[in-house]
Amino acid sequence: MLIKKPQGETRTKAPRPADIPRRIGHGFAMIPETPQGVEWYQVADVSRARQMRDGTATKGDLMRWKLLLPGIVLLAVIWLVSFVTSQPLKGIATEESANPTTGIDESIQKVNTFFTRRWASEDLQPTKTADELAVLRRIALALMGTVPSLEEIRAFEQDSGPDRLQRWTARFLHDQRYFDYFAERLARGFVGVEEGQFIVYRRDRFLRWLSEQLEANRPYPELVREMIAGNGLWTDQPEVNFVMAGYNDGEGFNQNKLAGRAVRAFLGQRIDCAQCHDHPFDHWKQNEFAGLAAHFGQLKLSPVGVREDRDLKFEVEDRNTLEKKVVEPEVPFGEKWEPTDGTGRERLATWVTHSENRRFERAIVNRVWGLLFGRSWIEPVDDLPDPPGDQIPGPQVEGAKHPKALKAGEQDLLDVLGADFREHRYDLRRLIEVILASNPFLLESKSDLDDGPRLEQMKEHFAIFPLTRLRPEQIIGSLLQSSSLTTIDQNSHLISRFIKLTRSNEFVKEYGDLGENELEDRAGTIPQALLRMNGNLVRETIDATPFSASGRISGMAKEDRQCLELCFLIGLTRRPTDDEFTELLPLLSDQRPDGKDNLMSRGNRVEDIYWILFNSPEFAWNH
Amino acid sequence: MHRSRRDLLKAACMSSLSFAFPSLDLRAAEARGVERKKSLIVIWLGGGASQLETWDPHPGTKIGGLTKSLKTTVPGLEIADMYPRVAEQIHELNVIRSLVSKEGDHERGTYLLKTGYRPDPTLIHPSLGAIASHELPDEKLEIPTHISLLGGQFPARGGFLGEMFDAFKIYDPANGIRNLQPRVGDVRQQQRLKGLDAVSKAFQAGRRVQVENTLHQLTVERALRMMTSEQLRAFEIDQEPQAIRDAYGDTQFGHGCLAARRLVETGVRAVEVTLMGWDTHANNFEGHKTQAKELDPAMSALIHDLKQRDLLASTVVLCIGEFGRTPKINGLGGRDHWPKGFSCLVGGGGLRSGIVIGETDSEPQVEQDAKKSTAMPHDPIEIPDLFATILRQLGIEFDKEVLTPIGRPMRFSSGKPIERLIA
Repeated sequence: MLIKKPQGETRTKAPRPADIPRRIGHGFAMIPETPQGVEWYQVADVSRARQMRDGTATKGDLMRWKLLLPGIVLLAVIWLVSFVTSQPLKGIATEESANPTTGIDESIQKVNTFFTRRWASEDLQPTKTADELAVLRRIALALMGTVPSLEEIRAFEQDSGPDRLQRWTARFLHDQRYFDYFAERLARGFVGVEEGQFIVYRRDRFLRWLSEQLEANRPYPELVREMIAGNGLWTDQPEVNFVMAGYNDGEGFNQNKLAGRAVRAFLGQRIDCAQCHDHPFDHWKQNEFAGLAAHFGQLKLSPVGVREDRDLKFEVEDRNTLEKKVVEPEVPFGEKWEPTDGTGRERLATWVTHSENRRFERAIVNRVWGLLFGRSWIEPVDDLPDPPGDQIPGPQVEGAKHPKALKAGEQDLLDVLGADFREHRYDLRRLIEVILASNPFLLESKSDLDDGPRLEQMKEHFAIFPLTRLRPEQIIGSLLQSSSLTTIDQNSHLISRFIKLTRSNEFVKEYGDLGENELEDRAGTIPQALLRMNGNLVRETIDATPFSASGRISGMAKEDRQCLELCFLIGLTRRPTDDEFTELLPLLSDQRPDGKDNLMSRGNRVEDIYWILFNSPEFAWNH
Repeated sequence: MHRSRRDLLKAACMSSLSFAFPSLDLRAAEARGVERKKSLIVIWLGGGASQLETWDPHPGTKIGGLTKSLKTTVPGLEIADMYPRVAEQIHELNVIRSLVSKEGDHERGTYLLKTGYRPDPTLIHPSLGAIASHELPDEKLEIPTHISLLGGQFPARGGFLGEMFDAFKIYDPANGIRNLQPRVGDVRQQQRLKGLDAVSKAFQAGRRVQVENTLHQLTVERALRMMTSEQLRAFEIDQEPQAIRDAYGDTQFGHGCLAARRLVETGVRAVEVTLMGWDTHANNFEGHKTQAKELDPAMSALIHDLKQRDLLASTVVLCIGEFGRTPKINGLGGRDHWPKGFSCLVGGGGLRSGIVIGETDSEPQVEQDAKKSTAMPHDPIEIPDLFATILRQLGIEFDKEVLTPIGRPMRFSSGKPIERLIA
């Protein structure tokens, strides 16, 4: 409990109390800097406050609680004043960073060696190493879906220890924002984007479950196993929403859809089209598909949720003769990995996640690579060629489709990273750390070359960091983060709730959600430009109010250069160039270029800078 | 608004913006007849209209239900009596009564009837309008070239041609278009754009090719052009004489059809106008009567109007939905989904007219489960063939093979043009 120091009374000045939330703790720590010199003191009777908090206070206590009401109101006012007048621009206490996983250097080295060789054999000169702030922005966008906050940028710049990017990566990987955001990105591959039928499918529960698994950093095969083979109610055992996504009220379980999804999501291959006919340019056969689908043939929905019914038979209708025949579960390759006992789904899960099933590790490595770079190593992310040296006989033109994956006498990147992933207990967090610290991720997206085809080739082999369009969620996340000077982290669930609310709303709809095809190369559209220029969300974000970043900057940063620099750090995670200073400082100046007074309020001037930054390609693209 | 535009143009002329406005050529809107570049209007009957209550009635039979028929301007052709005004215009179009597909689900059926391909989880095909926009660009157009009016759940998409060919979605044009008004006055807007130019330039340093590929600058420029374009007047249907507005009907759909004519006149390549509400699993006959009150005046006025203005010869008009409805009437007086023998109207753009293709049986072997039914219309027409016909008529190489972004070769249409419809 905090109240303002009454005159004439002496109490002890309190240190930061442990039971006050950290966010207030920041305000607390900043107090000495406020111009008003308001000081915070702690109410002497902390135990009383605890009693009230814990509901152990008696009726008499509550009476006294009421007496405290004016104090609470005063407190709120003071907090608001201190919030508005605090100066978080100058740097904020650094938090304890999480430590990077030990022993990853060797793994990073393997990836770097792969690329050194690859670039040499392709005769490519990689771009220079990018500025660390630019890399920090990429990492924040990839892992948490927002740009770093001013608070984080300041702390990062004050961090002079070694390997700070690796330490900050580890820190973000322990952040609630990563659990929530990355769960959503992975879920797109696992269950798609549709919200489905609420009564029998709960995507939100699935997301929360996945988020918790990422927080616990459980080995990836365990998650996949639970998704494929789990039983129970979709509200209670959220992982079963993976199979419930293949359930339709009228038609029951769609085994074909589930088999297609499982192979695409977990093995990175497309066998779906073999449902109706043999794959047009790959080796998959229609009967191989039916054998896979048969693993889901005993799925049953009961009052206790998903379960197996051993009496069910999986029947397939011959499209020509219209005859029905029973199909037994069978896998199209790697028969020895499939156990003979267990339910169909358990057997499938064991087969999918088997340590010799290279497709399994290659698929997740390719997907994670894609989520981090905005572009997978092999595209599309779920149409991988058979692993080199493990091809299934049959017509394949994959060499033509994926030339870079099949260099003779060379181990494919997916195998390099895949084996490393497997050898380190399929640790997703570690995999991400390795990729984010490897050379390709650290390269500039700029190049001295101005040669389209050559640049395309560099992009193909990641000798340049690729420009990719940010997802609508990343745009919203970045807009929201830019409207605050401090980190919106503990409230990450607020952001995700907001984004969820807006999913059906104007912004995401008009910005265009790419759904499962989110890793495809896309250019911008006119509705997006209109939305950024004139849309409501952008206007609300840039409005200079006493609480918004633009309003606070305009109040606090009296000096124009400092003000412009702050806007750039918040919006674009960098400082303005000399040209930008020259061009943009007049917008902030009290005097207009024609010598007249600038009649616009300072808040409006800062709004204009914000608008400019939000509409720049640099804001809307990862680079 | 018009003053604002003048001011902006003046400001743009005086500054050295890279977002400068191009010179306008409003004369383009005045070309007429066959000289004119072709356009496409799709009247989308969302939910799946019943062929029996529209262009293929079977009065007096078990399947015909309550619907009566009506003579038309085409000798021997009768349509449902809810369409007296279409009956007077139908000689300008053709009727196909034997469309067949295998897709009896709304989303899948819509996909097929908008793209000419069955859904494929591994790629998205472009819609007819997207192909037309891609193949027949018009640099003078300042507003989007592919427009979807009145929404619907699955608006036409650009698919593998790219999102820039997605239909630009506008709900009721009478309510204006969202996000078109700048949030600040002209002076501030100009300052902002000038600043944006500076920041964009800084980003382009060392990334010219990459940034160009994002089309960011281009889309911003196009959006700005659109925000101030005189061509936006195409949406101002209240500029039309009252008599014309009355002819289309004072309904959202009527507004949409009228806007479609104005858009095509302005040079827009493809417009889709959606009329939802055809999914009559119950009370089919009442439902279709209600729908006809909107469709009959709007559709007939559109044909008449296009003809009057000598735009019909350059505008292909297609009236279609995702499927038809079952011949069998269900217990609720409704008809269910039926992809095996349904109807469409197609014409204009130089196609022949007054032709009736195909015939459905008055006593088909029907089973309620459409999947099990073996009924087939006479002279069945596959959807890809209809698409090939329209693309060819628009002047597009219908079987042109293009590479999808992942390098898979794909034809615009896998069908063959229906020779009978081609003049």
